[in-house]
Amino acid sequence: MIPTTYYLIVSGLLFVIGLCGILIRRNLILILLSIELMLNAANLNFIAGSALQGQLNGQVSAFFVMVIAAAEVTIGLAIAVLLFRKQGSADTDKVKWLKG
Amino acid sequence: MEFFLFYFASAVAVLGALLVILLPRPAHALMALIGVMFALAVLYLLLQAPFVAMVHLIVYAGAVLVLFLFVIMLEGVGAKDIPLSQRFRKSYLFLVCFVGTAFLVSVVFILFHLALPAPQGVEGTVEAFGRMLFRDYWLPFELTSLLLLLGIFAAIALAKKEPEL
Repeated sequence: MIPTTYYLIVSGLLFVIGLCGILIRRNLILILLSIELMLNAANLNFIAGSALQGQLNGQVSAFFVMVIAAAEVTIGLAIAVLLFRKQGSADTDKVKWLKG
Repeated sequence: MEFFLFYFASAVAVLGALLVILLPRPAHALMALIGVMFALAVLYLLLQAPFVAMVHLIVYAGAVLVLFLFVIMLEGVGAKDIPLSQRFRKSYLFLVCFVGTAFLVSVVFILFHLALPAPQGVEGTVEAFGRMLFRDYWLPFELTSLLLLLGIFAAIALAKKEPEL
């Protein structure tokens, strides 16, 4: 079998790329896509850990992460639609009218 | 064969992830992310998690990314390229380079000093998975259904047009 370390390195690479995407992109939808990337990197970690220990707990955790990601995406996309309706673009640098 | 599949899927995943954060057109970035999802499903299969791999394909490539595609297409932002001057937040570029390299170097350093044992492997069949889910994790499972319901309510409440007064 392939050593677990290799999987963890791939997962780390994906996580860093997602983090960079969140920090440098300005479009809200692309920021959400980067968040998906980071969640999937965490999932790969869980499943690699599950194979390492020989137990199924990691795979069940990855399953729950998927459910939470689905809920997060619905709300994030609803906010993106609202933002687009309000200012005509999903550019986060133009959001200067938030009050409260 | 196993090593070839692993390297191929990993290369596709990392290159696709880079394309996701660099491509100018949101619709193309989304397609790159779908490629990443398929590569990750191959990795899950290599890790003997067939059930999670299939759920991953159905939920992500089938539902979540199609939802993204609908929003991108409906708003019309996916149809045109974002010009380079509006694509990136330049003030964070230095921070990103620093944080990214520091994180990667520390991860690789720790992993190679950890000397993990050989993986034992566990077959994540539907039967074993379901047994575990409904015996040890039944309460979180029920709570996730509540969470999804709340997500639906929140999405409807946010996206509904305000009635004209």
